[in-house]
Amino acid sequence: MADQATLENDQPLLVANSLSKSYGRIAACRDVSFSLYPGEVLAVVGESGSGKSTLLQLLSGQLAASGGHVSYRMRDGVTRDLATLSEAERRFLFRTDWGFVHQDPAQGLRMAVSAGANVGERLMAVGWSHYGRIRDTASDWLTRVEIDVARIDDAPRTYSGGMRQRLQIARNLVTEPRLVFMDEPTGGLDVSVQARLLDLLRSLVTELNLAVIIVTHDLAVARLLSHRVMVMKGGRVIETGLTDQVLDDPREPYTQLLVSSILPP
Amino acid sequence: MNAPAYNFAYLDEQTKRMIRRAILKAIAIPGYQVPFASREMPMPYGWGTGGVQVTAAILGPQDVLKVIDQGSDDTTNAISIRKFFAKTAGVATTTATEEASVIQTRHRIPETALHENQVLVYQVPIPEPLRFLEPRETETRRMHALAEYGLMHVKLYEDIARFGHIATAYAYPVKVNARYVMDPSPTPKFDNPKMDNCPALQLFGAGREKRIYAIPPYTRVASLDFEDHPFEPYRFNAPCALCAAEDSYLDEIVTDDKGSRMFVCSDTDYCEGRQAAGHHGSLSAAPYKERAQGDSNG
Repeated sequence: MADQATLENDQPLLVANSLSKSYGRIAACRDVSFSLYPGEVLAVVGESGSGKSTLLQLLSGQLAASGGHVSYRMRDGVTRDLATLSEAERRFLFRTDWGFVHQDPAQGLRMAVSAGANVGERLMAVGWSHYGRIRDTASDWLTRVEIDVARIDDAPRTYSGGMRQRLQIARNLVTEPRLVFMDEPTGGLDVSVQARLLDLLRSLVTELNLAVIIVTHDLAVARLLSHRVMVMKGGRVIETGLTDQVLDDPREPYTQLLVSSILPP
Repeated sequence: MNAPAYNFAYLDEQTKRMIRRAILKAIAIPGYQVPFASREMPMPYGWGTGGVQVTAAILGPQDVLKVIDQGSDDTTNAISIRKFFAKTAGVATTTATEEASVIQTRHRIPETALHENQVLVYQVPIPEPLRFLEPRETETRRMHALAEYGLMHVKLYEDIARFGHIATAYAYPVKVNARYVMDPSPTPKFDNPKMDNCPALQLFGAGREKRIYAIPPYTRVASLDFEDHPFEPYRFNAPCALCAAEDSYLDEIVTDDKGSRMFVCSDTDYCEGRQAAGHHGSLSAAPYKERAQGDSNG
C-alpha cells in the first residue's frame, strides 16, 4: 500500500513540454518545460508582462498553445495530453480534480448566491442531490477556511476581501482536487490578511497533499508557500530551482535584481 | 367585404414549413431548444407570438382549437387568439378540453386529462431555464450540450437555504427524457406531474427568444429536487368555491377591501363542467347563474 503511494508520488502529475504561445508577433510564452509532482508547490514569479498568467492559462487548458503540449495524469492513472481531451472531459477535470483560485474572488465566486451554495456548487455539479449532506460538507469547509458557519447563508458580496478569498479556496477544494492553480491569490489584500491567508493555504496544502502552481509577483509569497520557483522574464523561464536556493543565491542578474528589490524586513 | 387576403392560418406556407422543420427537430430531441426564424406577428411580444406561430404551423382545416390563458377560456388574450384563428383559418373553436385537437395555452395545463389525439401548445416567455443563473447564451448552450446542470440545483439549494423549502412555485425546472433540463414555461409547479408520460404532444414556442422545444407523447418528465427535499406540487388547501373541486389548481380572488377572498378553479372549463354535473361550492350560484339560464334558454 505504502509502496503504491510512493509510486504515485514518484510520477509527475503535470508535465509541460516546450510550451509556447504567441499573439501575432508577440511571444507571450516561449519554450517552457517542467514537471510537477503530487504535493509539490511551484511558484512562478516575474514582473508583469513576463508571461506568468499566459503560462497559467496554457497549463490549465484555458488557452490553446501555439507550440508544445501539457500532459496530466488523470485520477485513473493514465497520463493524457490536455489538447486531446474533449471539452466535456476538460470541464469535468476543471470542476473535480483541479481548482483555480483567481486574484479577484468575484471572478471565481457567484457573488449573488449564498456561501453555502458557492461551496456546494461543485458537489451538485458532480451529481450530489442530498441537501443535508451538501450543507454539512459546505459548513465543514467553511470551518476549515476559518469562516464563521453562521454566515453560510450570506452572499459573498457581504464578505470582506479576505473572507471572499478564503471562500473561493473552500469552493475549489471541496471536491478534493489534486492540483490547484492560483493567480496572485493574495493580491489586493492587506498585509495581515495576506499572512493569515498564506498560513491557511500552507496548512491546507500539506494536509491535502495538494500540488499547486502559484503565479505571483510577490517573492515573500513564493518563499512562504512554494518548494520550487520558476523565474520568468519576457516569456522565458530564466531560472528555476529550489525556493531557498533561487531566492538566497540567485544566479541570473534579473533574479538578483528581483530579490534585491525586496525591502529588508 | 373582400375575401380575407391572408393565407390559411395567417402565415405563408414557406414560413410554416420552416416552423414545422423546427418542430420535428424539437420532437426528435425532447427538451432541446431549437432556434427558428420567428416572425413578426400582429400582436406584441409577450402575448403569445411563439405559441401562435406554432399553432399556425400545425393547424389543419379539420382541427378544433381551444385557447386558454391562466386556465381561463374567456380572458382577453385567449379570446383574441381564438378569434384570430377563427378568422384567418376558419377552424372550429371550443372551450371544452376533450373536444379540442389543438390547445394553445398560457401558464396552465388543463385539469382534464389530455389524450393521444391532442397537441398542447405552450406560450413561452423565456425558454432558457438557466437564464437567471448564467446570463451568457454561449455558456448556457454549452452547459446544455455537456449536460452540466449543477447550477440548476444551486438555485434550488438557495431556495431551501432561504425559505426552508423549495420556494420556486412556477416555471419549475424539469428534466426531459433524462437528458435536457427544460423550463416548462411559467406554469405552476402543480402542473408539472401532468407533463410526465402525457399521451398528448406538447410543443413550446418562444417568439421573442426564437426557440421551439417539445415533449413527445409518453416521455419521462421529472421535476428536479433533492433527495431530502423532494418535489411537491402546491395547491391552496381549500375546495373551489364554485364547484367544490378538491383536486384542481385554484386562483385566489380578492372580493372586497376587507380581506375577503375566494378560491376558484383556474381552469374555467373544468369548473363549469363540474357545476353542470351538479357539483356546487359554497359560493356557486352567483357569477354563473345568469349564464346557466342563458344556456337553458338557447
